[in-house]
Amino acid sequence: MDTNRRNFLKVAGLTTLAGLGGTAVVDRLVTGAGVAQASAGESHDTEQAALAKPGATRYGMVIDIKKFHQDPSLGEKAVHACHQTHNVPHFPDKRDEIKWIWMTNFENAFPEQANLYQNEESATKKLPLMCNHCDNPPCVRACPTKATFRYDDGIVGMDYHRCIGCRFCMAACPYGSRSFNWRDPRPFIEHINHDYPTRTRGVVEKCNFCVELVQAGKLPVCVEAVGDSKALVFGNLNDPNSEIRKILKEKHTIQRNPSLGTLPSVFYIV
Amino acid sequence: MYDSGKIIPGLIIFVLFITIPIWYNRGGGTEPPQPVLPKDAKSCVLPVAEIRAKHMQLLNVWRDEVLRDGQRAAITVDGKKYPKSLMLNCMKCHTSKKQFCDTCHTYASVRPYCWDCHLAPVE
Repeated sequence: MDTNRRNFLKVAGLTTLAGLGGTAVVDRLVTGAGVAQASAGESHDTEQAALAKPGATRYGMVIDIKKFHQDPSLGEKAVHACHQTHNVPHFPDKRDEIKWIWMTNFENAFPEQANLYQNEESATKKLPLMCNHCDNPPCVRACPTKATFRYDDGIVGMDYHRCIGCRFCMAACPYGSRSFNWRDPRPFIEHINHDYPTRTRGVVEKCNFCVELVQAGKLPVCVEAVGDSKALVFGNLNDPNSEIRKILKEKHTIQRNPSLGTLPSVFYIV
Repeated sequence: MYDSGKIIPGLIIFVLFITIPIWYNRGGGTEPPQPVLPKDAKSCVLPVAEIRAKHMQLLNVWRDEVLRDGQRAAITVDGKKYPKSLMLNCMKCHTSKKQFCDTCHTYASVRPYCWDCHLAPVE
């Protein structure tokens, strides 16, 4: 074939253009279709599904901040009962702290609700915090071993057998509900409960909504500890006739940082 | 063969050396472990041969059923109810980890990590 440099360059240039342009067009078509599909199906459906799975159980809790402000001993009781039952260690060094349920002030619990002129009670008194058992839990999504997972009844559980201590869940949790065992916790457990395991060094732990009791038809120990004060009310959020739903209907409640879309199952009466 | 005078005795010494475990323990060997069985319980969740061979698989199955699938109901064997739990079931009859679990585990040189978290009964 007889070809000269001029013709060769023309053909090469055209081929390059066709190649680049062609792939660009194909890419646009493919991704465009993908985006369209995702926006039509996924975002809408998953959000709706997460908000309410009719018939299914979704456990939740309502915390009445006022009652904890009025009676500070309630908070102590709840924390003590929980940590005693679940063999939560007490480390003298704050850096090693393990907490399942803990007391803090309003400002730290709801930093997005900052108020220049806070009322005195909110500024000085404490309220309990725990795992929110989100309906859309970021920790579960982050966990590479499925050591933390969501039960069908909405409780976000931990399987310490599988935890490899990577702490991705701690980075993912926007509520600081998870603690890492930097040291062997056993020597720091004050009163060992022989009906519940301890944890070992190198695993992450958190509130489990007393799944071992709840799935056996009982109430979480913190709820039992505050007694009839109704400062903590536990129940099924998907049952419109449950006590917790009645309270939610009557009173204005807030969730911790709802704008993140984690759909917390713990509600606070301010 | 060159240097057979060195090689053959060397080989003999080598073979004797790597077979130390065999001839050192010849004859008697070690006593098989004698786990102490509970006095007041006569039955287990499985027949003796099966529970002896498969307790570890059973515990793993129980763990997954209870912890991951939330199937916490007790199992019934011969009309008796047993919760699916190491601490709340097994160790209630086998009240001594040292005299039961550890005898075989030490003999077989297995170190199950159950006890890193699960609590053995107080002895």
